[in-house]
Amino acid sequence: MTTVTQHKTVLDIQKIRKDFPILTRKVNGKPLVYFDNAASSQKPQSVIDATNKYYSFENANIHRGVHTLSQEATSAYEVVREKVRAFINAEKSHEIIFTKGTTDSINLVASSFGKTNIGEGDEVLISAMEHHSNIVPWQMICEEKKAKLKVIPINDDGELMMDEFHKLLSKKTKIVAVTHISNSLGTLNPVKEIIAAAHEKGIPVLIDGAQAIHHTTVDVKELDCDFYVFSAHKIYGPTGVGVLYGKEELLNSIPPYQGGGDMIKTVTFEKTTYNELPHKFEAGTPNIAGGIAFGAAIDYINSIGIETIAAYEHELTQYALEQLKTVPGIKFIGNANERASVISFLLDNIHPYDAGVILDKMGIAVRTGHHCTQPLMDRFGIPGTVRASFAFYNTKEEVDVLVTGLHKVIDLFK
Amino acid sequence: MAAIKEIEETIVEEFGYYDDWMGKYEYIIELGKSLPLVDEKYKTEENLIKGCQSRVWLYAELEGDKIIYTADSDAIITKGIIGLLIRVLSHQTPDDIINTNLSFIDRIGLKEHLSPTRSNGLVSMVKQMKLYALALKTKML
Repeated sequence: MTTVTQHKTVLDIQKIRKDFPILTRKVNGKPLVYFDNAASSQKPQSVIDATNKYYSFENANIHRGVHTLSQEATSAYEVVREKVRAFINAEKSHEIIFTKGTTDSINLVASSFGKTNIGEGDEVLISAMEHHSNIVPWQMICEEKKAKLKVIPINDDGELMMDEFHKLLSKKTKIVAVTHISNSLGTLNPVKEIIAAAHEKGIPVLIDGAQAIHHTTVDVKELDCDFYVFSAHKIYGPTGVGVLYGKEELLNSIPPYQGGGDMIKTVTFEKTTYNELPHKFEAGTPNIAGGIAFGAAIDYINSIGIETIAAYEHELTQYALEQLKTVPGIKFIGNANERASVISFLLDNIHPYDAGVILDKMGIAVRTGHHCTQPLMDRFGIPGTVRASFAFYNTKEEVDVLVTGLHKVIDLFK
Repeated sequence: MAAIKEIEETIVEEFGYYDDWMGKYEYIIELGKSLPLVDEKYKTEENLIKGCQSRVWLYAELEGDKIIYTADSDAIITKGIIGLLIRVLSHQTPDDIINTNLSFIDRIGLKEHLSPTRSNGLVSMVKQMKLYALALKTKML
């Protein structure tokens, strides 16, 4: 708790809010209260400027030209790879593969790892709280290889049932793929324990970090995960850029995902030899502007400190939970002990859609629906939830606006 | 029964009485409560309009040369909106339904329900109502 209080004084939220131009916007005549950060976060001016600067002064294709612009663009892009490496404490920068996003990263692993490592009768182990993007790619490869998808169940509080997990790990398990933090429930999973247990049996582990990378310190070396995936747009960067971290040995042992330019060493019509890491997995011209802007996002976060951000978000989430408890008929979906700044709830028998429409009228952006976790909603026997997810630019005053808004929703539908 | 265009005009006029969103939505919620509900036996998987944030059941049958629609939804705002659609399109001939181009949703300031993220609701509903009209028309021949 000392760290929390210590950081409390450090963060000047009003100053931070000025870095995010969109936060001055009005929606339906009301100041925007943006609580849909788990879907995508807003961008600081420096990220917007980086995109602008790239197209205005630096634009050229990378890894190819001998001309100055191409070389400058290549350096600017490759610097980001190193920034990402440092940010997640990976061993080598070529263990950082740039992708289109988390979904793309998982598809890459499911396809390439699956091609050589999954066979008939094998099993892939995921959890009941996975996003569709960490279910469907595995389902597809399992179907292709006649393998089986196994699911770690969760308890009523929305926590993984770890004893069941241990039982599900078997000789047939070829990979474990679980989320670090649940996008629907906010649950922070004991990924270190999961990785250690899987490794004892020689099973590699993929961690879906889409909801964790901006909320907590991620140290892939300390976690010892084999793959870690996330998207830039959830961490204040642009859309269309993502990361696949993979251990060098594993990345070298699996085949390329897509064929094309940049991923080759030599091409003849008879045979192509593939490029080295990371290029082997980066076919085609990437999102160069996005990559460079992603670098600006990492710089921005580093200038504040992810631990400071995490501490403030924790404080804000605790405040929100306390305040939301006062709303009559509220039912929280997900009550995990260890959680991030995502709160899912229902209001008596008011449909999440109805609540979302009315909150929007008051300028409050929340997510409603199944959050791309239909199996999880089925587990709780609900059609969806209202989800408020916070970032470090959100304030307690905004939480109060949400609480007032929810009272209005209740009045309207009672 | 008044023509589709006339009913649309009446609705636009009614909504004109409300100058704030709160009033409009209160009215929609009221309308939701008076929706001609689909018979429980027709609340089947095949009468469910897929892809909506809320579940919507829609059913249509012929009464002479007119189509009668009934519906239900688990969300009240959705019920209100489909109630408006039914008010306009129910008791009309299949041809009139197929050929109409509804303008009232936009004009009463509910345009946001036409946006792609929510359109699952409204656009699919109108499409489904027209599909029913087409199917029932062939039955009449």
